Amino acid sequence: MMQKIKKIKKPLAVIGILFLLLFPVIITSSYYLHVMILAGIYVVLSLSLNLITGYTGQLCLGHAAFFGIGAYAGALLMVNVHMNFFFALICSFIISGIFGLLLGIPALRLRGDYLAIVTLGFGEIVHLVFVNWTELTNGPMGIRSIPGPSLFGIELDGNQEFYYLILIITALVLFLLNRLVNSGFGMAMQTIKADEIAAESIGIYPVKYKLIAFILSSGLAGLAGCFYASYISYISPTTFVYNTSVTILAMVVLGGLGSLTGSVIGGVVLTLLPEVLRSISDYRMIFFGALMIIMMIFKPEGFWGVSKRVKNIYKIKAGGAQNERDYESR
Amino acid sequence: MAMLEINDLKVKYGVIPALKGLTFHVDEGEIVALIGANGAGKTTTLHAISAIVDKSGGTISFNGKNITNEKAYKIVGMGIAHVQEGRGIFSEMTVLENLMIGAYLRKDKADIQADLKQVYSLFPRLEERKAQNAGTLSGGEQQMLSIGRALMAKPRMLLLDEPSMGLAPVVVEDIFRTIRKLNKELHMTILLVEQNAQMTLHVVNRAYIMENGKIVHSGTAKELRENDEIRKTYLGL
Repeated sequence: MMQKIKKIKKPLAVIGILFLLLFPVIITSSYYLHVMILAGIYVVLSLSLNLITGYTGQLCLGHAAFFGIGAYAGALLMVNVHMNFFFALICSFIISGIFGLLLGIPALRLRGDYLAIVTLGFGEIVHLVFVNWTELTNGPMGIRSIPGPSLFGIELDGNQEFYYLILIITALVLFLLNRLVNSGFGMAMQTIKADEIAAESIGIYPVKYKLIAFILSSGLAGLAGCFYASYISYISPTTFVYNTSVTILAMVVLGGLGSLTGSVIGGVVLTLLPEVLRSISDYRMIFFGALMIIMMIFKPEGFWGVSKRVKNIYKIKAGGAQNERDYESR
Repeated sequence: MAMLEINDLKVKYGVIPALKGLTFHVDEGEIVALIGANGAGKTTTLHAISAIVDKSGGTISFNGKNITNEKAYKIVGMGIAHVQEGRGIFSEMTVLENLMIGAYLRKDKADIQADLKQVYSLFPRLEERKAQNAGTLSGGEQQMLSIGRALMAKPRMLLLDEPSMGLAPVVVEDIFRTIRKLNKELHMTILLVEQNAQMTLHVVNRAYIMENGKIVHSGTAKELRENDEIRKTYLGL
């Protein structure tokens, strides 16, 4: 079965990419386009969280805070300083990353539940700052009329342009993270997830890797935030709450911890699902909850954890067979 | 001059002293064992050397350099590789990845390949299973992988923490044979922690017997094997 999947993998990928490229042409409904753009934003968010939670094994419950910091940083720069969208994107990446560093230095000394509590607290604090620092953030009223992107005087603020922008951003993030997690650096991160003491005893300094993963993760969330602010053109503190953090975490877990493909699937599915279930909106949350429970019972490794598993089982069998031959030949 | 010199080493877990002033040394090219019952402080000693636990007193020097206050990840770079009790392999990674991560700190790419070949010739099993996930290996193979991974760091000294733990006698013999081979052929200096005194005293040059965080006997393997008290207490003869 694996070989079959391998055979059709390439044509499937080509069809998928073509579909994504032509999507705005085929489907002109602005509603569908809007949902796809949101899905793109959430894919970037879940990819970035996967880096810290899935690959490095550090549970973070405050990802929405970095999303929000990026959104506010980008919005304020674009509205107050009239910074170009693309520069704002880079600035929000850097600013969120700095906050990631500041939180990371003390927080990453903690493990597991304790880190989760600290990041949860950080998320709440950031939310409260958004609400109460009215001079800067305009409080609960939020920031309005955030400009869209423009390049060389050409306005790019149509839905189609936004769609292609987020597609490019997502593809870039996916490409970079894929390179990262498959490098020596990615391997070091995974050893920390598996066993910190063992990692240390082969010369890997856990704090360094956790911190870099944390900075990168929060920076990318900030980048997604800046894009979100420009796309929706209005931000308020209600978006960047605990609920959002949990949703992003659910995307990562449901998609598969430590799988980039999983994060993409998780992000898309959990953005589309509430929209698909809009017709039965009264029972939506019940359906949502039930799905989560069913997933955790039957596929705790997530949507895409499976491919890894199948591969392992396949290899165990191969190893076992070899083993038997070994014994016979003795 | 001793390669590893430990002077009055003390470690406390909270208020409870685990090591109450340990003094011993390992010379270059030797295999030295720390033998003792559970709770004697053997593993703690190794953890203190590779800085996984904090020391409350004493000094450790390696090749004449004081390493008492170095961080754990730096110790490996200096040439001390620690094979943890319970093996500490990365079960989600393949055997090859586990070995290569052992060479993570090294920059000499060409030598890494040569060392990989050497590890494979020591443990042919690992080469057969290089593409398999490490978690699917048997206990003995995991122990081999753990030692192999430590060797990939190209250490000058190996700390082995109970390599025989939980393994069948025939596998234990195999592991001990490899330890001796490592010492004889690759001139690796080894500090071995063991409960299996019988087997250990046939492999090592010298041994220290530990009890309650202190060294109570020391001597060459032959001396200890012939000491009546030790024969009774540790060898059950």
